[in-house]
Amino acid sequence: MSGFIITSLIILVFVIIYQIGKASEYAAVLRGKEKVDAQVNRAIAFLLVAVFLLGMWGIWACHSYFKDMMLPVAACKSGENYDFMFNVTTIVTGIVFFLTQAVLFWFCYKYQASDKRTSFFFAHSNKLELIWTTIPAIAMAILVAFGLRNWFDITSEAPKEATVIEIVGKQFNWLIRYPGADNELGKRDFRKINDATNVLGLDWSDPHNEDDIIAQNGEMHVVVGKPVKLVIGSRDVIHDVGLPHFRLKMDAVPGITTTLWFTPSITSDSMKQITNNPDFVYEIACDQLCGKGHYAMRGTIIVETQAQYDAWMKSQKSYYALNNADAAPAPAEEMDAAPATDSVKAISMK
Amino acid sequence: MNKEGIITEGPNVAHGHDSAEGHHGHEHHEQHFIWKYIFSQDHKMISKQFLITGIIWAIIGALFSVFFRFQLGFPDTSFPIMETFLGEWAKGGKLSPEFYYALVTMHGTILVFFVLTAGLSGTFANLLIPYQVGARDMASPFMNMLSYWFFFAASVLMMISLFVETGPASGGWTTYPPLSALKEASLGSGVGMDLWLMGMSLFVISSLLGGLNYISTVLNMRTKGMTMTRLPLTVWALFFTAVLGVLSFPVLFSGVVLLIFDRNFGTSFYLSEIFIGGKALPHIGGSAILYQHLFWFLGHPEVYIIMLPGMGMASEVLSTHSRKPIFGYFAMVISMVGITLLAFLVWAHHMFVTGLSPFLGSIFVLLTLLIAVPSAVKVFNWITTIWRGNLKLNPAMLFALGFVSMFISGGLTGIFLGNSALDIHLHDTYFVIAHFHIVMGVSAFFGMFAGVYHWFPKMYGRFMNRTLGYIHFFITFVGAYLIFWPMHYEGIAGMPRRYYDYSAWESFKHFQSINGFISIVALVVFLTQILFVFNFIFSIFRGRKLTTKNPWGSTTLEWTTPIRPGHGNWEGDIPEVHRWPYDYKDDGNGNDFIPQTTPLRPGEEAH
Repeated sequence: MSGFIITSLIILVFVIIYQIGKASEYAAVLRGKEKVDAQVNRAIAFLLVAVFLLGMWGIWACHSYFKDMMLPVAACKSGENYDFMFNVTTIVTGIVFFLTQAVLFWFCYKYQASDKRTSFFFAHSNKLELIWTTIPAIAMAILVAFGLRNWFDITSEAPKEATVIEIVGKQFNWLIRYPGADNELGKRDFRKINDATNVLGLDWSDPHNEDDIIAQNGEMHVVVGKPVKLVIGSRDVIHDVGLPHFRLKMDAVPGITTTLWFTPSITSDSMKQITNNPDFVYEIACDQLCGKGHYAMRGTIIVETQAQYDAWMKSQKSYYALNNADAAPAPAEEMDAAPATDSVKAISMK
Repeated sequence: MNKEGIITEGPNVAHGHDSAEGHHGHEHHEQHFIWKYIFSQDHKMISKQFLITGIIWAIIGALFSVFFRFQLGFPDTSFPIMETFLGEWAKGGKLSPEFYYALVTMHGTILVFFVLTAGLSGTFANLLIPYQVGARDMASPFMNMLSYWFFFAASVLMMISLFVETGPASGGWTTYPPLSALKEASLGSGVGMDLWLMGMSLFVISSLLGGLNYISTVLNMRTKGMTMTRLPLTVWALFFTAVLGVLSFPVLFSGVVLLIFDRNFGTSFYLSEIFIGGKALPHIGGSAILYQHLFWFLGHPEVYIIMLPGMGMASEVLSTHSRKPIFGYFAMVISMVGITLLAFLVWAHHMFVTGLSPFLGSIFVLLTLLIAVPSAVKVFNWITTIWRGNLKLNPAMLFALGFVSMFISGGLTGIFLGNSALDIHLHDTYFVIAHFHIVMGVSAFFGMFAGVYHWFPKMYGRFMNRTLGYIHFFITFVGAYLIFWPMHYEGIAGMPRRYYDYSAWESFKHFQSINGFISIVALVVFLTQILFVFNFIFSIFRGRKLTTKNPWGSTTLEWTTPIRPGHGNWEGDIPEVHRWPYDYKDDGNGNDFIPQTTPLRPGEEAH
């Protein structure tokens, strides 16, 4: 019922507005169309300037509203480069934005129709075209140069000493695997996956798997100041490892291994102080629509000191030990049929 | 009526013999209702069919956005009205996550394809190409009719998909596999997805039939004297739009067909090493990224398919209502050539974070930012067009000016996203939403509105109500900025798009109140669009009647036809063209424009 009332109210309002519009048109005819047209034109020109000024105030208001809600300082070196480049781009585009919008609205006001003036027949000027082809081209070249330097920096090979951590997406959480004491991730095969005892399909015939640790709570531990290389995969559909605090993201694609590396520079504890938020946590957000639980596909990253990391690592049990408390490793079935998927050695970055 | 009568006609000069009733008698035979209004082969009627179907779709698509915006903006509140509309998908007045994603997906599909592709080029290419090149109809009126009816069939399938039990497609308007390929992955990947794919296939056919027709009409059906360099910019823009569509839609078609195969016939084009629904699937060796290449090879030109008609119409409207020639006609055409070529070479900038080779990525960065140059040239030319003009600020003009403003704002944020080193953070955040909604949503709509207000008199022989037009413009313009400007900030803060609820996220939950604010503005803007539709429908029957053929004092050929032209457009011979389309200067008789049909005066230089 209330829906009906609201709908009829809205229709009523429309009809009233329409009648006003209609009436104003009749009134215009009565009072002399040309005169009214000129008045309306002036009023609209004035309104456009008002809208522009209001808009400028709005931009300032919006900026102040958001100022304290933005991300804290970037938590890795490439993130700092990102922030710098972002600011440069904002300044360049900001100047263009204000100039062009101001000119646009100013012309609307200044050159509103008038009987006293005729328009100026000005059809082309090669000189002007040349100027405003060249200037944007140069500006773009500078931004491209900036961008590519950072891009090749971000996508470069990870340093040799980087800690390798595998992160695998599934509907709807992240599985995180550490290589364990041997520092090498073992082979895995999607056909060996079993949600109860082998979430990543580890191939137990590969001895490298025996000490691998798997965290199923989506919590990743990394050491501050030490490069970390993420080996990214997916079990089902495309996901995306989004790391807003590090200004990075990379898709997790089934059948393809992607990588991403960075060097965290601020521990979670320091970040809590920087942001003045005791609940602060580095979050991993899935950034590729992956189904109904997409919005809840959340992981976290704990950036800690080497000592804290070592202590935490010590408390972890290998996935093998967790699932095979006393039994010997079950012989892997259909070994020959399955082409092994070597996550680490597969070509990174496709 | 003679040619001289057209030449000396001014914007306010009434011609009794041009009245609407005067012309119906000249029709050769009375057509049956069905052939005149339904299976019509008249480009003018087909254009109205596209426009009205587009308007219906636009209302549905926009209503969807209001629904999911309210879910997003007020996750703790229930809206019983949603249950009224959506039934079990919104039990208790709250959207289920599945249906939230279905609405998001259909909103994108409807607006991008059914409104801003078919509704926009379908309407204006049909209306303006024959009129402005001086042809009696399209090269093939029959194919033109088929184009509409394939579009209609696609619309029917898409509409049916809204009502199937598992809901419509819900994998985003880009429908990336494996999510869209596997029924186990999501409810919407069931029958809804099959209907989506079939609907899109029919849509592609419609688009190709239309596009081929537009191209051949522009190339072959131009009247005497209408050289390519005398074509109005609208025709140029619609021509390039058709070229883009004809060359890129088949690639989408192939992508869609392969996806149908993967879904139903056990192939593995896009699938490899997948464990889902408790079992490992047999697919090996496919590539999920292949689909993205095929999709974006259309998907990016699609952006320009949406933008170019608006650019063309804004050029025409700005020039006419400034009473001043478009500045840099050739630069405008060349920049459109540049945009058209580059449109094919930038698709992978949608895929910077898919694990694309960094080297390939760098090439696409370069080509993407290159496209900013022709775009900038166009903006500067538009601004110079209004410089020292005599601006008649009617609703059509306002929307054209708004188009330029929005195109600047949205274009500039594209410079961020085209640069892969920035995209790696901004990708799939609200920054992207803000960017493409402003540049190809709002801006393209503004171009379309400018076109509707400007050519409405030609379509229906009446004016749209001006006061309502002003209300429509100001609320929409301010509202669009209020909606999308804050989204840039959310995106810079890393807030991912396509989330149903942010309350569990420490990094994003503090944007809740601004999300609510955006939703309220979205509702207001939506209601304002309904007001526009009201105005549109009322004005068809009740609008102020035209008393002259050329109400805006325009130079182009469509305004030399009778007020209500029959099939064939011109009575007697088709007009001959003698000059370029933007001669807004003193004609020596007190008019400030010279129609294209006026021969050059002795000693006058051609453009």
